[in-house]
Amino acid sequence: MAYDGKDKVLEEVTGKSYEFGFTTEIESDKAPAGLTEDIIRLISSKKEEPDWLLKWRLEAFAVWQTMEEPDWPHLNYVKPDYQAISYYAAPKQKKQLNSLEDVDPEMRRTMEKLGISMEEQKRLSGVAVDFVMDSVSVATSFKEKLGELGIIFCSMSEAVKEHPALVRKYLGSVVPTRDNFFSALNSAVFTDGSFCYIPKGVRCPMELSTYFRINESGTGQFERTLVVADESSYVSYLEGCTAPQRDENQLHAAVVELVALDEAEIKYSTVQNWYPGDANGKGGVYNFVTKRGICHRRSKISWTQVETGSAVTWKYPSCILKGDHSVGEFYSVAVTNNAQQADTGTKMIHLGKNTHSTIISKGISAGNSHNSYRGLVQIMPSAANARNFSQCDSLLMTDTSGAHTFPYIEVKNPTAQVEHEATTSKIGEDQIFYCLQRGIDAEQAISLIVNGYAKDVLNQLPMEFAVEAQKLLSISLEGSVG
Amino acid sequence: MLKINELQASIDESKILKGLNLTINPGEVHAIMGPNGSGKSTLASVLAGREDYGIDGGTVDFNGTDLLDMDATERARAGLFLAFQYPVEIPGVSNINFMRAAVNGKREHEGLDPIKGKDFLQMVKEKAKLVELDGRLRNRSVNEGFSGGEKKRNEIFQMAMLEPKLAILDETDSGLDIDALRVVSEGVNAMRSPDRSFLVITHYQRLLDYIVPDFVHVLVDGRIVRSGGKELALELEERGYDWIKQETVA
Repeated sequence: MAYDGKDKVLEEVTGKSYEFGFTTEIESDKAPAGLTEDIIRLISSKKEEPDWLLKWRLEAFAVWQTMEEPDWPHLNYVKPDYQAISYYAAPKQKKQLNSLEDVDPEMRRTMEKLGISMEEQKRLSGVAVDFVMDSVSVATSFKEKLGELGIIFCSMSEAVKEHPALVRKYLGSVVPTRDNFFSALNSAVFTDGSFCYIPKGVRCPMELSTYFRINESGTGQFERTLVVADESSYVSYLEGCTAPQRDENQLHAAVVELVALDEAEIKYSTVQNWYPGDANGKGGVYNFVTKRGICHRRSKISWTQVETGSAVTWKYPSCILKGDHSVGEFYSVAVTNNAQQADTGTKMIHLGKNTHSTIISKGISAGNSHNSYRGLVQIMPSAANARNFSQCDSLLMTDTSGAHTFPYIEVKNPTAQVEHEATTSKIGEDQIFYCLQRGIDAEQAISLIVNGYAKDVLNQLPMEFAVEAQKLLSISLEGSVG
Repeated sequence: MLKINELQASIDESKILKGLNLTINPGEVHAIMGPNGSGKSTLASVLAGREDYGIDGGTVDFNGTDLLDMDATERARAGLFLAFQYPVEIPGVSNINFMRAAVNGKREHEGLDPIKGKDFLQMVKEKAKLVELDGRLRNRSVNEGFSGGEKKRNEIFQMAMLEPKLAILDETDSGLDIDALRVVSEGVNAMRSPDRSFLVITHYQRLLDYIVPDFVHVLVDGRIVRSGGKELALELEERGYDWIKQETVA
């Protein structure tokens, strides 16, 4: 039975404007629309890149031109016109930044609106932020402090200049350019992103954090992130995303590569809150992201994501468990509301002996949205005694939303142990009524129940992010029970 | 406290309450007994504000306000508490956080600031003693993995935390063994006071040995057909409901 009274609330709340929908007026240096070899040469020269990188980009572009945008996801959207997008937009701001005071005041206001003012971040004990607005990394804090430990944390452009050997060695080593349509596109046109290297035996003393934001109208954002954890090192990396409100769909095709060398551990957490479009599905970000990590011997990669934004999400953070005794984890909460669509999950590729993987996926569908979990667990012949545990739960908030699960399991070694559990449930009216009867209002009741449902994933997030993620979940689902 | 006048309610087109009258004064304990399907649990749900039920007529006055005009949250905040027959589980939400949200909801209604952490924990400690609810149960998810008896004890714990004006106990005795029944009843009795009223819905007289009512009403086919003192419950225990049904028809 429907809660009639709450439909009204639903209308009111979904009518609420996207909180982060503001545009920063900064002079922008923007390339003409369209993608050609010349544009790629322009990007490369603007960024003063070495020849090998230009060559790499051009090869990727050549491959991309032979590829087709994938049709297999459970998504229904108008494919972007890749020739109508501008592939480079850098805020005009030439001089090197040495301190926060040098940052353009307008840009600083943007950061403040995002609630991540650098001042605040500075005060927050131990969060270094690499803030990427459109394509160029604006300011990186804590660099000196990290430098003392030999940790490199900088924009990708800077890494190309300052640490070319490392970049050249690892760029494209986990996600090859020809991996898929979007990774090829990204390799051809990526403009910036973050680079992180943790030296042997170093435990990074603070959470490293990047905030991405699409600002310029009609631009796609193609950032490239590369995290290399050398032997026996540890790093926890946070990524947060927002985009200003725009009518036309914006494209975001990022590539994230993680390399965990022997006995290293990388924890990568994402809170994604790109503009989801309006209640009727107009506008919003297309989020086509390739994230993958490779685990060497006894190393561990843990992906945690809270996905509440974007009109269309296509994203499968994955682990290649190459080394013996390596561990891959994927914890995900994906919320879709109104007309949002998400097709997300993970791939765990077991190559090494005694490799373990865990997948916990919690989908929440509200409004008329569709939310799909798509996962592959692949145990290769070499992966003796591999183990996987997968749990995929779906929670439906309305009768008009959809939850779909596409688990693929391929086992080629008889010693493997693979477990898969899946549930689909509708949010309990009895649970809501129980809360109401205790004097808890409907919004808070839903927030409590949903946060409880997602607790196993939220618990994986670092403190700073967990609080934000809980708030986001509540905001995304306000009044969404029907 | 509560004045129900000619209340009629239905679910899915079928009439359940057919003109029910009941007045409860402050400090009184009323028991409602009746055969299965007579409308006992419907009465509890309708009073608590469950939207599945349609109100077809009648009025309910709760301390001078129109109860039927308030939503479930408002009724709870105004001091109406329902101890559920089947308390639901809420996975991942700790009992403590749940109660804190509830207590703060009530405080907001009263124009008070949210309760301080220290005061809250002190309150939890005190109230948990009433029903011997140990720390383990306080910190677990709401009712998740609780035994039948633990769930009912948790209901009474919540009641003690919220200090309602009117508490409705919906077949709180169902599924309880004799020890749990004693603990739960003692918790309820400890909360009896001149300004708090109880409406105890039960199928069996047994509970009323522990929670002794001031009045007993018999509900048959959506109406109260007989009222009396606590001795009426004993009579029902002895003779069953059939004689009342027959007398009513006649």
